[in-house]
Amino acid sequence: MSDNELLLEVEDLHVEFRTADGVANVLNGVGYSVHAGETLAVLGESGSGKSVTAQTVMGILDMPPGVITGGAVRWRGEDLLTASDERRREVRGSEIAMIFQDALSALNPVFTVGFQIEEQLTVRLGMSKKDARKRAIELLDIVRIPAADRRVKDYPHQFSGGMRQRAMIAMSLALDPDLLIADEPTTALDVTVQAQIMDLLREIQEERKMGLVLITHDLAVVAEVADRIAVMYAGRIVEQADVTELFRAPAHPYTAALMDSLPRLDLKGQTLETIKGLPPSLLDIPPGCAFHPRCKRAEARCSEEVPPPHAIGFGRTSACHFAEEVVVNSRA
Amino acid sequence: MTDPNLVGGGGADAAQLSRVDDSGTGPQKPRSLWGDAWRQLRRKPAVVASAVIILVIVLIAIAPGLFSSRDAGFSDLTHANEGPSGDAWFGYDNQGADVYARTIYGTRASLLVGVFSTLLTVLFGSLVGIFAGYYGRFIDSLLSRFGDIFAGLPFVLGAIVILTTFNAPGSNPGAVTIIVQVVCSIAVLSWPVAMRIMRSATLVAKQLDYVKAARGLGASTPRIIFRHLLPNTIAPVLVYATIALGAFIGAEATLAYLGIGVRAPVISWGVMISDSRDYFRADPHMLLFPGAFVTLTVLAFVMLGDGIRDALDPKSR
Amino acid sequence: MIRYVLRRLLQLIPVFFGTTFLIYVLVWAVPGDPFSGKCGQAACPQAYIAQMTEKFNLDDNIFVQYFKYLGSLFTGDWGETFNGTSVGELIGTSYPITLRLAVIAVVIEALIGLTAGVLTGLRGKGFLDNLVLVSTTFLISLPVFVTAIVLQLALGSNGLGLIEASVSDNPSVGELIVPGIALGSLSMAYVARLSRTSIAENRRADYVRTAIAKGQPNSRVVGVHLLRNSVIPVLTFLGTDLGALMGGAIVTEGVFNINGLGGLIFRGIQNRESATVVGVVVLLVLVYLLMSLIVDLLYAVLDPRIRYD
Repeated sequence: MSDNELLLEVEDLHVEFRTADGVANVLNGVGYSVHAGETLAVLGESGSGKSVTAQTVMGILDMPPGVITGGAVRWRGEDLLTASDERRREVRGSEIAMIFQDALSALNPVFTVGFQIEEQLTVRLGMSKKDARKRAIELLDIVRIPAADRRVKDYPHQFSGGMRQRAMIAMSLALDPDLLIADEPTTALDVTVQAQIMDLLREIQEERKMGLVLITHDLAVVAEVADRIAVMYAGRIVEQADVTELFRAPAHPYTAALMDSLPRLDLKGQTLETIKGLPPSLLDIPPGCAFHPRCKRAEARCSEEVPPPHAIGFGRTSACHFAEEVVVNSRA
Repeated sequence: MTDPNLVGGGGADAAQLSRVDDSGTGPQKPRSLWGDAWRQLRRKPAVVASAVIILVIVLIAIAPGLFSSRDAGFSDLTHANEGPSGDAWFGYDNQGADVYARTIYGTRASLLVGVFSTLLTVLFGSLVGIFAGYYGRFIDSLLSRFGDIFAGLPFVLGAIVILTTFNAPGSNPGAVTIIVQVVCSIAVLSWPVAMRIMRSATLVAKQLDYVKAARGLGASTPRIIFRHLLPNTIAPVLVYATIALGAFIGAEATLAYLGIGVRAPVISWGVMISDSRDYFRADPHMLLFPGAFVTLTVLAFVMLGDGIRDALDPKSR
Repeated sequence: MIRYVLRRLLQLIPVFFGTTFLIYVLVWAVPGDPFSGKCGQAACPQAYIAQMTEKFNLDDNIFVQYFKYLGSLFTGDWGETFNGTSVGELIGTSYPITLRLAVIAVVIEALIGLTAGVLTGLRGKGFLDNLVLVSTTFLISLPVFVTAIVLQLALGSNGLGLIEASVSDNPSVGELIVPGIALGSLSMAYVARLSRTSIAENRRADYVRTAIAKGQPNSRVVGVHLLRNSVIPVLTFLGTDLGALMGGAIVTEGVFNINGLGGLIFRGIQNRESATVVGVVVLLVLVYLLMSLIVDLLYAVLDPRIRYD
């Protein structure tokens, strides 16, 4: 894997959920890319589509009720959406791996952590049990679980939350994947443990030159770890930028509003900013720009035309009719 | 056998069913668990069919004369053991009585046994269960062990011992006495199941935030139990009661088949089955028709109970 | 783990005493003449009454009676019928037959029930699913004696002629298959539904999603991860059912004329053979409690989360 090789390219992905209450447009043209050694943070509220995108990449989306109605998922140039089931299974774990938010429910409660790591090695690599056990202990060491040789025989519920998440990370690294997708890996953890896990992820990524897709709703986490950020709203990417540029001067009203809503120590005594209203029901997305009902600077055009993502500087896009103005205003 | 405790389904569903969904957000009409359940029930054909069957059975029990021109006591020995014919739809039994007429008139006793057994079981079991769940710890241990004692007795065995103890073979108890005894035996052997369901539902409901809030505000125990716990725990018990009603009707038939349940001069489906015990191999009709009625009635209650359970399950919505 | 086992044992002991005492009281202490009908039409001679009273400790108060009885049970003396036949012997010949019948019933219900439940749980809605749902509802509603009678009529000399009307004195496994089906019919329906629900629920579990995301082959996702979790409630049910069926075999034994505990206890009750009745009930309660304990232990073995309580 060479530095900065393009690993994953999600292109114009459209996904619908067909439910009894109607058709929910969950993904409406999502596209992003990840390179080797790069950390892409996908930021958004619940319902923005960030997890659904990841599940579509992995091929673990519930279908039905989900239906992929358009787009491509290119892994090293190969469109996974048109690949065979067997090929997709091959990719999972060995080329692209995924870790989840709640390690307690994501790990099988009736098998030891060692078993769950080793089965990757024995079943998919044909390793002997002895070798697999040795390697599993090594992996637990890598994620810094103390007394790994004893802990490998423990069950998930015997670990603390942070340790459990580390174990899940160890399991995901077993087959040396090139890309790791982390779906809200620290949301369920304490703040101090959060920091440790994020450090661990960054370290592992740097060492292995892995691509990392970090799905989160937490701006603070993103600021520490990400190289690039993709902000999602109502199934679309509304802004994509380098992390420093994004924080310095957001180019989309939604991103700007998110940053404004962060409590700041130097603004004591003032009212907390919020974003009025609620995210739209995906069964009934507002016409034009999906954010316009909640946008401070919305105009008539916003409710009529869907703003396409357009470039505003090198490697930066924003899906707002007035992106340039937003950038200028936030710099001020 | 039709072990009522088995048909009840155990307390596994209690945890899910005991959550009442009060969320009525936004301008829509608030959708409560019960409103949704009713709407869902109305649509299912199985549930509607069951309800119709049950209604018909109840009607037969209330006014048997509407359904049968002949009296239960009718007897014409010349036709004894004859199979179904245009004259007697279910044929004649070995005493020459009209099987159809007896089946119709037997509905009342069978249904009464079922209803009263269920009432007694559910009331007593729920009471004990709610106390065990609410007070917890020592009282819970005590009441649970007490329930285990009765649960350890296999149903048929326990019923045999109880009923023959109070009616030595050869004695002739009155009609009311024997019905009361059968009802009590069934209830005594089945209440632990109702207790367990109510207990686990109470344990879950106790953890609900608004129950804790009520306690924190100093609400009295009866108020907490009746106003806050009970509405949350009724759902699984209701499901159990519906299915148990059916199961107990089956139990009555089984006990009568063994000769220890309801007996002459009372007529019930079980009595008819018992009477035909020695003759059915040659002439199965006198046993199969009342047997079919029992099965159909139990089926209706089981399907209704299933439907109620599905309708009240927050996960399936 | 040890603490868990001990705790369960401690819970069982008072229940054992409670249940057996209840039965003892019902059989022996209810007012009435315990010797009515023993000596034909006339009342029994005084000598006989004195001898029996001595033998069964009827002069002591009920608690003492009960404990003396328990004492003799544990030394292997299960008492005698009023005629002097050893109750222990009677039980010894009938118990294995009932046990055989119950085991056959459990095996049949496990095989058919699990297969039906797992298949429909995995497949979801469809023809097979509806078929299983309808037939299980129907089976649950059929009282066992109706099932037994219908099977006997249909397969016996009146119908297909596949089986005899009654079994031999020491029935072989083959002879007990049809009675086993009748006995286990209700539980079989329950097993099918239970496994179906368990599989259907666990299919959507997070750990299944993880196993798929790991790239494990589908056969392992279902056969190892899903199944291992889903069978826990089913296996524990099957365990308790074995104990419960032995007590519930009375009806089936009656219909098929099987010389098991059912027949023994029935005759015992008809003839007011109190020692026999109490003996059989004590045995069945003991078996049921033991099976409960084994099932709880099994549960701890199958689900590691329970072990470290």
